[in-house]
Amino acid sequence: MRFILGFIGSVFAAILLFSMISNLATYYGNKPAPLASDVFHKEPKELHLASDGPFGNFKNQAQLQRGFQVYSEVCSACHSLKLVSFRDLKGIGYNDAEIKKIASDWKTQVPSINPDTGEASTRKALPSDNFPPPFANEVAARAANNNALPPDLSLITKAREGGAAYVYSLLTGWADPDTYRNEHGERLPADAKPPQGLHFNPYFANLNIAMPPPLTTDGQVSYADGTKPTVDQMAKDVAAFLAWTAEPNLGNRHAAGVPVIVFLLIAAVLAYLAYQQIWHDAKRSVRVTGALDPKNQAKSRRAKAKQGVAG
Amino acid sequence: MSFSWAKPYEPKHPLMRWLDERLPLPRLAYGAIGGGYPVPRNLNYFWNFGVLAGIFLTIQIVTGIVLAMHYYATTDGAFNSVNQLIMRDVNAGWLLRYAHMNGASFFFIVTYIHIFRGLFYGSYKAPRELVWMLGLVIYLLMMATAFMGYVLPWGQMSYWGAQVITGFFSAFPLIGEPLRVWILGGYAPDEAALTRFFSLHYLLPFVIAGVVILHIWALHIPGSSNPTGVDVKEERDTLPFHPFYTAKDGWFAAAVLLVYAVVTFFAPNYLGHPDNYIPANPLATPAHIVPEWYFWPFYAILRSFTIDFILPAKLWGVLAMFGSILLLFFLPWLDKSPVRSGSYRPVFKRFFWLLVADVLILGYVGGAPLNWWRTALGQIAAAYYFLHFLVVLPLVSAFETPDPLPSSISESVLHGEETEAAPAGQTKPRRGATATAG
Repeated sequence: MRFILGFIGSVFAAILLFSMISNLATYYGNKPAPLASDVFHKEPKELHLASDGPFGNFKNQAQLQRGFQVYSEVCSACHSLKLVSFRDLKGIGYNDAEIKKIASDWKTQVPSINPDTGEASTRKALPSDNFPPPFANEVAARAANNNALPPDLSLITKAREGGAAYVYSLLTGWADPDTYRNEHGERLPADAKPPQGLHFNPYFANLNIAMPPPLTTDGQVSYADGTKPTVDQMAKDVAAFLAWTAEPNLGNRHAAGVPVIVFLLIAAVLAYLAYQQIWHDAKRSVRVTGALDPKNQAKSRRAKAKQGVAG
Repeated sequence: MSFSWAKPYEPKHPLMRWLDERLPLPRLAYGAIGGGYPVPRNLNYFWNFGVLAGIFLTIQIVTGIVLAMHYYATTDGAFNSVNQLIMRDVNAGWLLRYAHMNGASFFFIVTYIHIFRGLFYGSYKAPRELVWMLGLVIYLLMMATAFMGYVLPWGQMSYWGAQVITGFFSAFPLIGEPLRVWILGGYAPDEAALTRFFSLHYLLPFVIAGVVILHIWALHIPGSSNPTGVDVKEERDTLPFHPFYTAKDGWFAAAVLLVYAVVTFFAPNYLGHPDNYIPANPLATPAHIVPEWYFWPFYAILRSFTIDFILPAKLWGVLAMFGSILLLFFLPWLDKSPVRSGSYRPVFKRFFWLLVADVLILGYVGGAPLNWWRTALGQIAAAYYFLHFLVVLPLVSAFETPDPLPSSISESVLHGEETEAAPAGQTKPRRGATATAG
């Protein structure tokens, strides 16, 4: 049987090594040109938010509310927020009356049934409703957006490599493909330039994104708290807000994690001491010569060495 | 059960005596994990991982049962039930879900360490072949359970993972495609696949628990192995499981749970993939479809077959991938060395660490996007994987001269260098001192 298995193993290995040689020969015979997306794609810029790190939380509610303002005045024209309900806004500091007003003033209404006729109709949103999407369905969304589908933003910072920093970088990352140079000073080759209807953004995975720059001018949104609404600031704020929509329990999670870690740390130390206590005699009693043997009496490293006991 | 000096259960309280005479459940527990199970006294920390795997199985079952109360197994409802209902609205739902997600990863981490412990210390050798094989059955069930569990949130990786993995079956000639359609209940993963995966994902953990009982039962006949691989000879070679190993397992479990808590509370998505937070979309293929990290080595083996040699490359890949696990069932007969422990096998030891590095490389290649050098690296690593088990191991076990073994466990725990014996069937002179004294 071992010969059969050895033969099977050798066949597998031989095929693999032959595949390898043939692949390498193909590669060296015809080296593929590097893809534009490998040469020009950029990692997200640095972004520091209050929700970062092991003690991050959502207590910077002024920024989160500003981010919500950017979402509702700009992003929500195309992007849904399907997993978030109006009542969740309590988590970023709005009170019940404010939430009620935000819901009933929301620009799209919630599908409903006319109570008199039974016909399909719409009604104003309630705090218990999820944010109604801007388009009734995917076909409508694509029809209004040059056949591109604006993704739902509820989980966007968890659904993209780089998280909130990616959102911030993307929102501030559009560049002119004709004058753009990467960090090595290389220009975009002609065949990598965005086709009709797409826009060049080096932070986007394949460089060409269907979304035109949504934040274009400083002061596009007017902040009530006096923060200067630069494009950079608006992008940061909305990234902070989307970090909250993706993980509203992050603050609770971190707050719960610390006592759990402390508890387990104390439990581990106590259990370790108990383990040492329980094993103390067992480690000595193994010596057959008995408890009075000086070798068994030797506890310290030096005493053990003197008695010729290993360890 | 296994040794004559194992203490029988002696109920002290009258209630326990009453119970013991009618249903000897306390007696069973006492003999299995209590003072009535003698364990070699020289176990190192690698012997703690079996208990840890049991702990993580329990965590998975408990969190999973509660999650199932809030989960909708429909293609319309699954993603939202996980990402809105459970993550936002259920009390501590986020904790249950993250504990379950990362519990799966930790279950695999401790199981992999447990398996490699067995590989190094020859735990698969007589008389523990069935312990090893039952363990592999558990591992296969774990893989099936984990795969189906990953499909349940119905994100992009769930959907495309299901598509790719069930696609393996279509590699087999003639029966392949009908088999795939039968497994999925349709031509592509859909409602039928999701609901049956949910049903099986709920069932299989209990099957695992059943096989775990068989695994422990089979283990208790010869008793636990130990780092020297030398058989237990007398009472002073052993200690009762309770309190000695319960104490050791207890503190070590707390330490490992500490690491698990750090990941669950502070980096719960570190081991996951961002694409699974995008709802499943049969019309948009993700740029890089990758399974969960614990499948990466097998995924690398699958992808390493790139040429049609008599059979299609895909079929070779699928055969090799299944073969890479199935060959482990033959391990007790592939490795004929009478010495169990790798500590006393100088040549085997080197190849063992080469295997560890090889599996890590396969894992890296399986998880990363393919390019020309990763493909080549994966092919070398996959080739070594098969050569290691099917060619190198039988040859090493035939030609290697093992180091002298200690004459008993107690000798090795003491300063055993003075009284060494050659291993059974070996009369060669000693080659250097043993390593496990003190």
